[in-house]
Amino acid sequence: MMAGVGGGNDFQWCFSQVKGATDEDVAEADIISTVEFNYSGELLATGDKGGRVVIFQREQESKNRPLSRGEYNVYSTFQSHEPEFDYLKSLEIEEKINKIRWLPQQNAAHFLLSTNDKTIKLWKISERDKRAEGYNLKDEDGRLRDPFRITSLRVPVLMPMDLMVEASPRRIFANAHTYHINSISVNSDYETYLSADDLRINLWHLEITDRSFNIVDIKPANMEELTEVITAAECHPHQCNVFVYSSSKGTIRLCDMRAGALCDRHSKFFEEPEDPSSRSFFSEIISSISDVKFSHSGRYMMTRDYLSVKVWDLNMENRPVETYQVHEYLRSKLCSLYENDCIFDKFECCWNGSDSAIMTGSYNNFFRMFDRNTRRDITLEASRENSKPRAMLKPRKVCTGGKRKKDEISVDSLDFNKKILHTAWHPKENVIAVAATNNLYIFQDKLN
Amino acid sequence: MEDTKPEETNVEEQKEEENKICLEKLEEAKLKDKYPHLGNKPGGSDLLRKRLQKGPKYFDSGDYNMAKAKTKNKQLPVAQMEKVEITGDHITGDHIPTPQDLPQRKPSLVASKLAG
Repeated sequence: MMAGVGGGNDFQWCFSQVKGATDEDVAEADIISTVEFNYSGELLATGDKGGRVVIFQREQESKNRPLSRGEYNVYSTFQSHEPEFDYLKSLEIEEKINKIRWLPQQNAAHFLLSTNDKTIKLWKISERDKRAEGYNLKDEDGRLRDPFRITSLRVPVLMPMDLMVEASPRRIFANAHTYHINSISVNSDYETYLSADDLRINLWHLEITDRSFNIVDIKPANMEELTEVITAAECHPHQCNVFVYSSSKGTIRLCDMRAGALCDRHSKFFEEPEDPSSRSFFSEIISSISDVKFSHSGRYMMTRDYLSVKVWDLNMENRPVETYQVHEYLRSKLCSLYENDCIFDKFECCWNGSDSAIMTGSYNNFFRMFDRNTRRDITLEASRENSKPRAMLKPRKVCTGGKRKKDEISVDSLDFNKKILHTAWHPKENVIAVAATNNLYIFQDKLN
Repeated sequence: MEDTKPEETNVEEQKEEENKICLEKLEEAKLKDKYPHLGNKPGGSDLLRKRLQKGPKYFDSGDYNMAKAKTKNKQLPVAQMEKVEITGDHITGDHIPTPQDLPQRKPSLVASKLAG
């Protein structure tokens, strides 16, 4: 079993940082629900169940502090969403942040979209490191001066101040989703974005909050006929007219917005054929796609279902070009995983910057990486036990048979409460962020 | 990485497939033993509708009174052991809430520990 995975050079993943509380009792609000690097990788945002966003910024290289090169430290934190109540349906609207997506940077400020089940917000994060002093009508402490006592005028001067990072909501996109929003995706035109709930997908303009175009609607006339729901959606990275959405039945539809205002008829339909005689009670549930991500190149897309990750070539609809087993040993545990609801866990997946490797999470705080070129894979663990600075991570192995080797862990000993649902890969470097319940781990490649 | 001949790999792959199907069907049998009334369409309407309605339900006096009126007129049929029943989630109006059902009050908003 190789120690590393990577295209060309083997990666050697080392612990870099861990953020979050250390106590055993995890407050529900602290559970991380989304992790996302921005386009340059300089910023790393997390959202949690309590509706809060924390943004980390990478430290610049500095001769004074060589050890903190590449470390991520808190840059800004704010309350993005608050709990709300839908009086008409007697339902609570959770403040949990389902997704964060960054906008490409166009000026000094940073912008991101964050969404809960019902409302999307555009946040502006800007720095302030100067303030004006020497106002004519105000004192230094802000008190108004008596205008009759002012005998001369002066020009206020800009003086440096301690850096302040401010987050302000610039747009609120509300009331467009009857069902729960599962995805948002910024279009490559940098003007529009899509939001998807269980049954509908809407297209928004970033500047306009009072209207939105419905581009996909799979709600049946009679809800008794409901057979599938939308589970994820994403815009193509280069073609602003193309997007995909995945379903609970394990299918992906690619749509072209040039074809019509309503994209109910797909342009491409991706589905892996299945032998009907092999179907079990669990087949459909474990085939439900929990995440879909285009490769950076735009040529491929990756889907995550309960037990595997599949890479699809956009030019081939009838089957994926690559399939990777994440935790096949769970197939013999499906009954108990159904009973404890774990079978409905929604794992995400991500590509590295060059599309040569993919990563996804599993249980017991394990996460998996697959090298598409060498076909090697590795299982690593996010744990405070391996948290010495720059300590190399040891590969982990789950044993399925009777004989358990030293250092292996048996399937029955896995902790199903320790799930890694959200991971992110730096867009350019070998730095990864892994969310383990209420802790955020950052790992770096030794050769970085 | 194993170094097998193409024909051998095919036979192995077939065996693996058959194994997978066996495991799943074994698990299915286990589940049906525990919950004999489980519907045959697990991915069908009920499961999906439960998914569409996630979130804590609150006491609704309108629903409560309507449900009471329903039970006065007829005996409620023996509930089917759908997945909905197992988790205790119910569509509003079908289940008369009791104080035990009401969720805890949310704690007041504090800063994230990630930023601490």
